[in-house]
Amino acid sequence: MGTETKTPFVRLAKRAEMAPRKIWLIRISSIIIALILGCIPIILTGNNPVSAYGVIIQGSLSRPIYVRQTIKIAVPLLGCALAIAPCFKMRFWNIGAEGQITMGAMVATYFALFWVDKVPHVPLLIIMFLTAAIAGGLWALIPAFFKAKWNTNETLFTLMMNYIAIGIVAWLQGGPWEGRKGSQLIPMFDKAARLPTVLGVHCGWIIVLVLVLLMYIYMNKTKQGYEIAVIGDSVNTARYAGMNVGWIIMRTMFISGAISGIVGFIIVSGANFTLYKGVANGVGFTSITVAWLSQLNSFAMIAISMMLGILEKGANTLQTKMQVPASIADIITGILLFCMLSSEFFINYRLIFRGRKEVKA
Amino acid sequence: MSLRGKALENNYAIDMRGITKRFGQVVANDSIDLKINRGEILALLGENGSGKTTLMNMLSGIYQPDDGEIYCNGERVYIRSPKEAFEHGIGMIHQHYKLIEVFTAAENIILGLDEEKMDLSKTSEKVRDICRKYGFDVDPSQKVYDMSVSQKQTVEIVKVLYRGADILILDEPTAVLTPQETQKLFTVLRNMKADGKAIVIITHKLHEVMEVSDKVAVLRKGKYIGTVKTSETNPQALTDMMVGHAVTLNIDRPRYDNPQKKLIVENLTCIDEEGVKKLDSVSFIANTGEILGVAGISGSGQKELLEAITGLYPVKQGSIRFINKEGNEVELVGKTPMKIRQTGVGMAFVPEDRLGMGLVGSMGMTGNMMLRSWRNGKGALLRKKPPEELANRVLEELEVVTPGVDYPVRRLSGGNVQKVLVGREISSQPEVLMTAYAVRGLDINTSYTIYNLLTEQKMKGVAVVYVGEDLDVLLELADRILVLCGGQVAGIADARTTTKEEIGLMMTQFSTKGAE
Repeated sequence: MGTETKTPFVRLAKRAEMAPRKIWLIRISSIIIALILGCIPIILTGNNPVSAYGVIIQGSLSRPIYVRQTIKIAVPLLGCALAIAPCFKMRFWNIGAEGQITMGAMVATYFALFWVDKVPHVPLLIIMFLTAAIAGGLWALIPAFFKAKWNTNETLFTLMMNYIAIGIVAWLQGGPWEGRKGSQLIPMFDKAARLPTVLGVHCGWIIVLVLVLLMYIYMNKTKQGYEIAVIGDSVNTARYAGMNVGWIIMRTMFISGAISGIVGFIIVSGANFTLYKGVANGVGFTSITVAWLSQLNSFAMIAISMMLGILEKGANTLQTKMQVPASIADIITGILLFCMLSSEFFINYRLIFRGRKEVKA
Repeated sequence: MSLRGKALENNYAIDMRGITKRFGQVVANDSIDLKINRGEILALLGENGSGKTTLMNMLSGIYQPDDGEIYCNGERVYIRSPKEAFEHGIGMIHQHYKLIEVFTAAENIILGLDEEKMDLSKTSEKVRDICRKYGFDVDPSQKVYDMSVSQKQTVEIVKVLYRGADILILDEPTAVLTPQETQKLFTVLRNMKADGKAIVIITHKLHEVMEVSDKVAVLRKGKYIGTVKTSETNPQALTDMMVGHAVTLNIDRPRYDNPQKKLIVENLTCIDEEGVKKLDSVSFIANTGEILGVAGISGSGQKELLEAITGLYPVKQGSIRFINKEGNEVELVGKTPMKIRQTGVGMAFVPEDRLGMGLVGSMGMTGNMMLRSWRNGKGALLRKKPPEELANRVLEELEVVTPGVDYPVRRLSGGNVQKVLVGREISSQPEVLMTAYAVRGLDINTSYTIYNLLTEQKMKGVAVVYVGEDLDVLLELADRILVLCGGQVAGIADARTTTKEEIGLMMTQFSTKGAE
């Protein structure tokens, strides 16, 4: 033996419960740390991080038109995060929002293309809205049904459903719905199938803000929201309480898919005015980040989706002004997610270094 | 190794000085001093949550003390892993066995050892030597999945001895054993003691302490209270040390005047997903004003029986009939839990897995009270007022210690968690009350609170079904005891006249059949 042995250099200890205010303080400081860490890739591209962040803010918020463009990016992110929230609360890992958006967008496009002559403006939009919701909901119901009946893995199932949805649109784009032959494009929507603008941005932002309120009430004040929370905590407890778990899973997934479908409708009818296979454009995945970072709190989602909107819009300006690749926004988003997740670790644990006496709290 | 051989006679095998361990704001061990001698069985006594296991986990290298010193054979040691604990000759047998089911006894025993060459036949020989020496009964080539609980425990003990441990720590070793198996274990412990080993058993069963130990060290709420010689103390004195004030250890068992049939179970058979019979033609009657105790080795079908009655476990065959207030029989088989409730069957169930089945850990008391009433009222919105009032009532009547009715119940202590659960179930004014291991992990005071609540319910005319593991309690609390063995009813005994040995024999009655 002989060699002196000591206690380990660093140990972990579980923390006592923290005040909610302090928890949010830690989360906000983790965002600040992430922005500081985000300087590293900017420096590596040979730029001054301070001016780069300046350009990002300038490019996204300095002029009304920039703000509108930023909001346009944030709206689908927010809507889709709201869609995912009840599933995640239930611990049903729905990563199929991308496909659900695509299906909603596809069905809305059908009415936009083929019913535009038969129905006036507002009724047409209402039809598009409702059918998009139903399409997204039904698409989400498929994996939920299999989960409820045979306990299939929902993560893989919903992921695969994305590719099927995208594949269907790709086929429509090059086949039955193709506009000019050989163009591989679906024609642009008629004016009557486009969402009206309010304060310079398509009125999707109003729809999404209404959804924020509705989702908050649904999750916190209703019987169904309670059922979702119980299942998320323990399926056995839910069964013990007499809940029909399979039915609740299917119902919640339908609601989730329906909201994603509405987001799909907002994207085609408010922003793109056409359908193509990349219509969801990763929104279904990025919104997972939004939902997670905001701890499934509807109102926090507004702030987080705006923040990601600012990063993305600003990064585009960054690219044109300073020749920094716009994908820097993705890198910073990744660092953000990483920092936020590790902040949860520090909320639950603290480190004790060797030789340091503990201070009594 | 040579250091240990040279150890001086007057040195303690283990000397812990001023050991402190905190988890968050909880001080699990507060400056504890404990000395362990060779050739002696030390009982480490304390209520649940008093810090016994935490203290021993620091000896076996699972936790590091925040403060204090450990001396092994007079030499300061730092034990940073179970492996290092073995280097100091310390071995711990945990409450939950850590064996690989598909391996044989011998394979499990050498698992994780850095031996030059794996030689199973040599291992088996050595294992047989150890068994002969101390009186164990193990076949080295038997697979673990073929073993009974007590055989698995034996493998764990042999595993520790094989690694050369001479300081053995056993965490609640008798919790899952029948009275007969417990006697066998005690014989082995006495043999090891005679061989000069230092033995610590962690327990809260007083009669076992009195029977097997030489000295008793008592912990209370993380503090060291003292060590006494077993021959110079008695159960009442030990309880007073453990709890800190005088406690009466008698359970009141009044008789109810006019018992009536309440629940009739006939030929109940249940089969699990793998096609194994969990319950085999179980028949019994539960009466009003009676506590029907259910005894059996863990996994004999207790869980399935209660879940089948509440509609949570699929029934293959048989009938479960509830006799309602009008005297009509209501068949429960084939109904969902919700349907059973809607049919007006007043049934309350305190399941074994409190946080995983009976409660929602992340919610407060209010949210948990709602688990029975969330559907009440018209419309889509929840009604939070009535459950909140109920939560406050339970909090007051059962003296639940919590910062508030919205504080997550997961963060409450075990006793308070159980009070929330039992309080909610009793508040539904049930006609049948079923509990599974209702006092597991609770301190003495809370345990007696629960016993009193159950007896109170019984005297109100409720049919109480009490699945328990402590035979002494079952004999004192219940009116009749139903013994399950391998999913069958081994017998129903009058709790006032039967003995622990009789129940113990019934518990293993069909064990030869079950092993097939």
